[in-house]
Amino acid sequence: MEHKLIFKDYSEALKQNKLLGLKCRACGAITTPPKMVCRQCASPDMDIIELKGSGKIRTFTTVYVASEGREDEVPYTIVMVELDDGPWIMGNLGDFDPAQASMELVGKKVKMGHKVFPGDKYSAGEGARPLFSLVN
Amino acid sequence: MKKVAVVGVGETNFSGPQDKTEVELFAEAAMEAITESNLKPEDIKALFIGNVLGDFSEGQGMVQAFAAENIGCHHVPANKYEGACASASMAIRDAFIWVASGFYDIVLAGGVERAATMGTGLATRTFAMFSDARYEYPSGITFPAVFAMLTHLYADTYGIPLEKLREQMAKVSIQSYRHGSVNPRAQFFGKNADMTVEKVLGSFMVSSPLTLHDCCPFSDGAAAVVLASEEVAKKLTGKPVYITGVGQSSSGPLCNQSDYLPRIRAREISSRRAYDMAGVTPQDIDLCELHDCFSIASLIAAESLGFFEFGKAGEAWEKGEADIGGRVAINPSGGLKSKGHPIGATGAGQVYEVTRQLRGEVEPERQVEGARTGLTDTLGGDGGTLVNIILQRGW
Repeated sequence: MEHKLIFKDYSEALKQNKLLGLKCRACGAITTPPKMVCRQCASPDMDIIELKGSGKIRTFTTVYVASEGREDEVPYTIVMVELDDGPWIMGNLGDFDPAQASMELVGKKVKMGHKVFPGDKYSAGEGARPLFSLVN
Repeated sequence: MKKVAVVGVGETNFSGPQDKTEVELFAEAAMEAITESNLKPEDIKALFIGNVLGDFSEGQGMVQAFAAENIGCHHVPANKYEGACASASMAIRDAFIWVASGFYDIVLAGGVERAATMGTGLATRTFAMFSDARYEYPSGITFPAVFAMLTHLYADTYGIPLEKLREQMAKVSIQSYRHGSVNPRAQFFGKNADMTVEKVLGSFMVSSPLTLHDCCPFSDGAAAVVLASEEVAKKLTGKPVYITGVGQSSSGPLCNQSDYLPRIRAREISSRRAYDMAGVTPQDIDLCELHDCFSIASLIAAESLGFFEFGKAGEAWEKGEADIGGRVAINPSGGLKSKGHPIGATGAGQVYEVTRQLRGEVEPERQVEGARTGLTDTLGGDGGTLVNIILQRGW
């Protein structure tokens, strides 16, 4: 059985600022990042949909100690966002001073763009991730 | 199913970068365990080793075969287990199942790692491989970042002001340092017994709000245990420590655990399986070696294991309820924070500690008096693999 939506296609869409997900024909739940079966009912019977990419920050951190090869990126802020469509996804917070990240971010509304991780010798190529920014 | 006992344990010092290879480290722990069991290498029927990053740390794959040969366990089946930081616990659980089944009567299990040897940059990169490589690593996730995000989520979920929570977390680190300071095999033996809340909060920020002293170190080390059927165990030792319950569970990427976070659902399932199998409850546990890779991880673990109410573990630490002499003695070894965290060996180090505690053999300052039942808790990745093991005195 083939996946409806694989990482490569998800990542390519994200590079166009489109967040793709899967809507379950059986229970209606939305799954993203994509996987073989619905995150709620485990049915593989799902359709590809485009999500809004909007949501609210549920948690965050500002990273000061980076992995080998990413030292130039620190400090940067990672967020976990609860999408209006339901799932949580991980991304970075842009247009924001990482040193100012505080509990006040929790619950703040965000919209989505993207940023590409060019990859390193372990990553089998590049990968896009959401780059969120605060709304108003 | 046969009863299975731990009949011998061995461990190297857990430490910073070692000059010894992984094969050498594991062999030292293994021979200590075999000798203590009154056995010889040729008595071992199979060898199960946890090892995660040997390929990155010293260019050595398939360490299990070379380790077996090194200690004279010639031509035995030798398996490697990889469940990130829970690898050795997986190895011990599988060894338990094989002995319980009757297929083998004596199995050596344990683990080895040289995480400190890799240095911070490569260790941080490779540890991040236990998060989702496609959907989470591009954001720059690191292990401290995972638990830093769980800290903020914990504060928000339970309505605890972050500054209050950080003080409670500092007290977790202080307790672990105190225990580890009197454990001769600990990475911070003789160190940090005078740690204060101010020093923890004032150390450099790794991933906000986690500072250096909220984080366990990178460590080198090995640990091993010999498991034997009850029939064999009774011939070898007057102090068999029985494994009476085991549990293991898995989860997907961190974001996909969102229905439960900051609780780790896999831990609740894994520990329930172990409790049910042993026929005990959290109230029966005298001591617990739990997976305190970060100070917040101790609070999350102690709650999911059923020791304290959700959102209340920090208060429990403040009141001494998680200390030796309290309701449950947590990490009398010093835990990952102070004893150290050689990831492929950590779970075996926990079983080593609980076994010696139940036998009443550790240093008096950190001995849990009269301990009869102990629990280990090992977490791999950000909830991807969870293993719990319950051990009880057999005499």
